[in-house]
Order: sequence, then C-alpha cells, then structure tokens
Amino acid sequence: MTPLLSLRHVSKTFGSGPRAVHAVRDVSLDVAQGECLAVVGESGSGKTTLANMILGVFGQSSGEIWFDGKGLPVRRTLEHRSAIQLVQQNPLSSLNPKRSVGASIRLGLDVFGIGARSDRWRLVEDALEEVGLPGHFRRRPPAALSGGQCQRVAIARALACQSRLVILDEPTSALDVLVQARVLRLLEDLRRLKGLSYVFITHDLSVVRNVADRVAVFRAGKLVECAETRAIFEDPQVGYTRQLIGAVPVIADDELKLRESLSGGLPA
Amino acid sequence: MSDVLEVRDLRLRFRGYSGTSEVLHGISLNIRAGERVALVGESGSGKSVTARIVLGLLQELPSAQVDGGLFFEGEDLNRLSRRQWRALRGTSISMIFQDPTSSLNPVFTIGTQFAEVLRRRDPRLSREAADERAGTLLQSVSIHDHARVLGAYPFQLSGGMNQRVVIAMALANHPSLLIADEPGTALDVTVQAQTLKLMHELVERSGTAVLFISHNLGVVREFADRVFVIYRGRIVEQGPTPAIFEDPGHAYTRALMAAVPRITGGGLPELSDSESAFLEPMVVHEGDTA
Repeated sequence: MTPLLSLRHVSKTFGSGPRAVHAVRDVSLDVAQGECLAVVGESGSGKTTLANMILGVFGQSSGEIWFDGKGLPVRRTLEHRSAIQLVQQNPLSSLNPKRSVGASIRLGLDVFGIGARSDRWRLVEDALEEVGLPGHFRRRPPAALSGGQCQRVAIARALACQSRLVILDEPTSALDVLVQARVLRLLEDLRRLKGLSYVFITHDLSVVRNVADRVAVFRAGKLVECAETRAIFEDPQVGYTRQLIGAVPVIADDELKLRESLSGGLPA
Repeated sequence: MSDVLEVRDLRLRFRGYSGTSEVLHGISLNIRAGERVALVGESGSGKSVTARIVLGLLQELPSAQVDGGLFFEGEDLNRLSRRQWRALRGTSISMIFQDPTSSLNPVFTIGTQFAEVLRRRDPRLSREAADERAGTLLQSVSIHDHARVLGAYPFQLSGGMNQRVVIAMALANHPSLLIADEPGTALDVTVQAQTLKLMHELVERSGTAVLFISHNLGVVREFADRVFVIYRGRIVEQGPTPAIFEDPGHAYTRALMAAVPRITGGGLPELSDSESAFLEPMVVHEGDTA
C-alpha cells in the first residue's frame, strides 16, 4: 500500500552563505493511512519546520513531498489544503478572538466549498458535537471557553474540512494533565473512527509512548532514529534517544526501572 | 525541627465588578528548615497566588483581600511594614519563575543584574567584587566561562543557561526559603532534568528550604520530600512524597496520577467525567521525612 504521506530527502535551509541555518537536513519518512507518527526532539531540532513544509507554509529547499501517491507542489490546490490540516499548541492564540468559534470552523467550509451553503451551520454543529461539545457553543467566542474546550474546537475545525492528515503541533502541552488525558483520548477515538493519519509533534515522550504507532527522533535537523514505538522505548538504538527517555520525569516504580535500564546518562 | 514557613488558614478573595470571588478557601501548610515541599495542582487551583502571598506581592494589589497567618522563621509576616517585607525579598526569601528568559531584564547584562542582586544584602559591594562573587556562584551552577556570561544579555544565552543564571542569583544571598514556580517547564526535557538535578544538589548543600510549585507529578516525585495537593483553592491531600505516590488517598490525587501517561505504555487512561468526589475532605498521610 502506498503511504499517505511520503518525504524523500527533504531539506530546508534558511538564508545562505556562512550564516545559513540548516533547519531540516535530508529527511526521508513515510506516514501510512491511519497511522500516528510521532515526531520528537528538543527545541530547534526542526520539528516545526518539517510541519510547515508538509502544510505548504513554505517550500522545501530540496527533496520531494508526496501525498496520496502524487507529488505535492509548493503552491497547493484547495484539495491539498483541505486534506492536510493543523492543530496548534495554544488554542487561545490559534482561534480568532473576535469571531465566534462557529465562525472559525465555518470559514474552512466556505473556503473549501464543503456542503451546501444553507447546510453549513448544521455541519459546524455536527463538528462540535463530534468533539464532545454542545452544538450551541458555536455562538461563543474563544474567550468564553476553557483551554481544553478551545483545543476541542481547534480539532473540530481541522476535521470539518474533511482532512485526511492532521498535523498536531504540541496539541496538549498547554493543557492540564486531566484535560490532556481527555483530549488525547478524543484524538485517538477520532483517528480510529475516521481512519485519519496524524503527525504528532511533541517533546513529551510519555505521551508518545501511549498514542503513537511509530516514532521519528529529530536532532539538529536530522532524523536520527525512526522505529515502532515499542522498539524505541524498549530498545533504542541511538544514544540520543536513550538520553531523551532517560530525562522523562516519571511517577511509577516500573517506569523508573525502565528508565534506569536505558541509563544513557544526561548529556553534559 | 522549626518551621521556616508556616501558612495558617490562608484565604484570598478578589473584589471585582460582579462581587467578590474566593480563590483560596483556607489553606495551611508548613515547611521545615532544609525541607523541599511541593505544592501540586492544575492551573487555576491557587498554587501561584500562594507563592505571591508569601512574598507579599499580592497584598499590594488593591483588589486582593488576604486573610490568614503567615509566619516566616517564627516572625509574623502580616505585622511587617511594606518596607520590611521588601527587605526580605531577594535576601531571606527568593524566587525562581517559570520562564527564565522573561524573568531576566533584556536590556541589562547578566553581570549588572547579578550585582544588583548581591547588593540587596551588601549595598556597598563594588562591581569588581560583585563580578568575582558572581563568577564563583556561576561556577557552582556549572557555568565555566563566567566572564562571557556576565558580559552577555539574556537573549544571547540559551534557555537552560538563563535558568542556571536565575538559580545562581536566587541562591546568591543564602536565602532560608526558595520559592520555585514551575522551574523548567519552559525548557526541553533533557535541560529540565539537568536543571532540577543541579537545583537539588545546590539546595541540599546550602540547606535552603524550597517551596516547589508544579503541575508535573513526575518532577515532584523526583524533587520533593513532602507534597501538598491543591484543588480549587483547597488542600486535598498532604504527606511525605513516597506515601502520596504509593498510596494516594484522595479521589483527586488518584485521578491526577491516573491521567499521567506512562513511558512503560499501557494506553490512555479512562477518566470519569464526574468531579464531585474531588470535593471530599482532605487526606493526611502521617509520618515525617524530616
């Protein structure tokens, strides 16, 4: 089966000459239909640059990005734009504070021409209900919602556009742990229900362990390790991956044992 | 052992246009000399306002109404004048904030800011002497090229480096109490682990008591001797760290722990939507670590 998303030798350089920044260097990876690929790494490792190239915010310097068996042009068609959607870290700043959340969701439907005009408010309400919010919330501004509810709206907005691949850029980092658990559960249920694919960008490895099928570890723009989640956590091949897992704060004794068994030690 | 800090039945109300709203409903906690105490809770539970009250910062807000006993090294803080309270900050009580880069002033060099901190205890300290003291203190937080760091502006240093500078500053005047509000949350996981380890060693060596505010249970388990769990302005569970983690007694603490994803896997937790059990009375674990 051809993968839904495929990157081949993708690089991105900002600037030129001696001060050029090589944000992403020669990265090749695939995301299958229905798969959740976690992209982990520290700040500055190129995670978000990678996401921006997949979304078409800017083009890659070299290499190719394939989606559903076809090469993705730098200038995306409406179809591509609706199929690849983004959920950002901070829902309060990613939603327009001057619009009702319903209007924010509807904007995508209008732009991509999804559903009949007269039918779109109903679609908006359906999208809200799908993420566990009452349909009448569509009239509220983001400021009247809690952080977790806003993040649900952001997810509803991404899904209402009939997306097939959703880039989740630290979707739960700004949320409390109880709210995080519920949002993660929602994302997982929606993925199963709709056969979505996720690129889950995060630095929280304990979240990765529980949601991802495969993990791609980035360091300084390079893909240093990419494997099944279980393999990454039980038998990491690269010292850097060991260090990352070794630094995760844990609460249970069996976790402590796992961490100590990897004992890569902290980088100096 | 004597208490460095004692908070007794602390209440906080904010006056607004639509009446007053109570934020803290009578919380009590104590920290003994050299002890590391964590205050754990979600956003909006009242963790950070508690820290601000101990520093006397919130009392300066006209809309805030603070009641309750506050004792620092046996002294009643409520009876201090503003000036006396101010003299305590940065000398006997110091604080580390979440985001190191924004807690340092971007328009002054680290050296200038360090000298300012040292002069709070020693007003006539010369700049040369201050730089020398700062150099030794930076060495203690594993910054070895201290000359460069002292001449640098905060934005020229990495987040982890800034956090270490802030830790060195906070401990510079040998405070008896350090308040750390989510230190390391803004940092990468490896840098956070290094920073916490470093902070752990330093407070152990200097015998400084720490009030550690966090929402991250994993970090708390590694850092604290005793834990207070706070939910909506009430302490719901307290006790020594091992007791709390091995046998959480309160429904809220259990829910918090169940919600933490584990690196050993096991999938996502099933959480009930009912939060009524979270308002049950406080659970106290007996036994002392100090």
